Amino acid sequence: MLARLNLALLALLVPALSFAGDAISATEKQPLNLHAIGMFVLFVSMTLGITYWAAGRTKSASDFYTAGGGITGFQNGLAIAGDYMSAATLLGLTALVYTKGVDGYIYMIAFFAGWPIILFLMAERLRNLGKFTFADITSYRLNQGKVRTMAAVSSLTVVCFYLVAQMVGAGQLIKLLFGLDYNIALFVVGALMMVYVTFGGMVATTWVQIIKACMLLAGGTLVMVLAMSQFGFSFETMMGQAVSLHSLGEKLLFPGTLLPDPITALSLGLGLMFGTAGLPHILMRFFTVTNAKEARKSVLYASGFVAYFFNVILLMGFAAIIIVGQNPEFFEGGKIGGKVIGGGNMIAMHLAKAVGGNLLLGFLSAVAFATILAVVSGLALAGAAAISHDIYARVIRKGKATETEELRVSRFASVGLGLVAIVLGIAFEKMNVAFMVALAFGIAASANFPVLILSMYWKGLTTRGAVAGGYAGLVAAVLLVVFSKSVWVTVLGNAQALFPYDQPALFSMPLAFLITFIVSSLDNSAEAQAERAAFDDQYVRAQTGFGAAEASSH
Amino acid sequence: MSTNASQNAVYARIRKNPRFAELVSKRQGFATLLSVIVLTIFYGFFMVVAFNPNLIGQRLSEGSYVTVGIAAELFMFIFFWVLTAVYVKRANGEFDAITTEIIRDASKEVK
Repeated sequence: MLARLNLALLALLVPALSFAGDAISATEKQPLNLHAIGMFVLFVSMTLGITYWAAGRTKSASDFYTAGGGITGFQNGLAIAGDYMSAATLLGLTALVYTKGVDGYIYMIAFFAGWPIILFLMAERLRNLGKFTFADITSYRLNQGKVRTMAAVSSLTVVCFYLVAQMVGAGQLIKLLFGLDYNIALFVVGALMMVYVTFGGMVATTWVQIIKACMLLAGGTLVMVLAMSQFGFSFETMMGQAVSLHSLGEKLLFPGTLLPDPITALSLGLGLMFGTAGLPHILMRFFTVTNAKEARKSVLYASGFVAYFFNVILLMGFAAIIIVGQNPEFFEGGKIGGKVIGGGNMIAMHLAKAVGGNLLLGFLSAVAFATILAVVSGLALAGAAAISHDIYARVIRKGKATETEELRVSRFASVGLGLVAIVLGIAFEKMNVAFMVALAFGIAASANFPVLILSMYWKGLTTRGAVAGGYAGLVAAVLLVVFSKSVWVTVLGNAQALFPYDQPALFSMPLAFLITFIVSSLDNSAEAQAERAAFDDQYVRAQTGFGAAEASSH
Repeated sequence: MSTNASQNAVYARIRKNPRFAELVSKRQGFATLLSVIVLTIFYGFFMVVAFNPNLIGQRLSEGSYVTVGIAAELFMFIFFWVLTAVYVKRANGEFDAITTEIIRDASKEVK
């Protein structure tokens, strides 16, 4: 039983940016939560008001994709934090600390450490070279059609898997927190997402993310402070009680089953770090700021918020061991140490109720819902941009589409993605979708990241190399996840996994680099020569920002 | 993406400016140094987790619950963030000043 719960939690946490899996689906629908619904209605009316305002300012393609490039570093930092910290961060990571102690903290540092690297190696070049999508950068001096098609295919794959995982998790979470039916919950999320993205574009999406980030930071801090006050704000007092009460005892302070061997630890570290640097919706946020200066500041603020919040979660998780773990009210049948009401992911919610009553529980539930909405909106926008800007405008119309036509396609694409998300969300309701986010990160780290970083740093990159390496990374990541335990055994019902690790990055990412390198080096075509020659100008622009896309004035 | 002739001329002039080489080598060197620091500490920590997990749970002092692992991680959260602040300060100040100067010079000469 405990092993199963741990397994479910692990499955949930591998994709800690999302949440999914049987810990939630195994639970019953809860009674209607009026506080939560009231606060959520408030959030929705506020964001719809902003969308109405944003719709009036969304006229050009640049407004739609990048909010006209006029977002400040501070605003973008909050929005990135909002995009990056999903409901899984709040619910899944608190639960992980609650059940496994310091393992959860180790997991969090892996989620954080990618940010400084993104700043040092990528942020300013992204801003200086990109316009609307990261394919603008990879195809800068390469064959537009082939490279953009490849980038769009892998972006859409990442977006779809990520979106489905979010939608399934959303439906189950909302059923649990608000007492709404699963299908109704999906329609509400899908419909709101379509409204934000279709009418308000990046302006509305950014503000939804900013508001949500503020709510998340405030809600988490409030719960943490109220919980810590029960221990006189002493870490030592809290830990003393936690260690003496927890079934793991002293083991709470040691690494446990989450990182059973060095390969898993390394693959996880690589996948999380470089997967973050290849997620299309995160990369897109770098094009919303005025210039490279603001792009750097965005990372500074975003990583500050993320680091702060992870430490809040650590304290929440430890405090919950005593406050939730010793209160019969939160266990089925009132048996302490038995099954937690609502499943393992409800720890943070129970903690909110224990320290702040129904009002705080309602607030935190609304925060969780807002969080889901913000993340799916960012994903839908990135997917729509890949369809309209990369595939429609550049590949199909070869750059000859007017802005009005491109915008129309992007709006249809947003609605289409919303419908796809709802339909797939309903189709996958009973399935364990945890592998989907592992897959999304794996593909982002294996298909998007290698080509993106080489296009910025390596003169020798050619179209053939980029296309071969990109597709190789995509296929390898998909196959390795299919052969891993989470699909081969859990979904397909085979006895033994063919690939023993959950995260493919350690294998598929080097493969993508290697193939890109070999194919590019062997490529002696006239095209390849021209592409290498074009690197010098691209390099100057990447370094100085001269000729970079400018903010449109409003 | 098409770049027009005058823009290419500016790029060519920037490339010839010794200040450009200086900017690139300074900034790239700094960014690489900071990346190496972060990656070494981060993967070093993961190696300890993988190969010597007992060290992680060791307490810093008798009777305290602050372990080597918790202290090291808190240190990483703070130190990595401080490094981002250091990079942003230097890049947005010193490096951007050189960049502006280089672009101004190159644009002037073209006209």
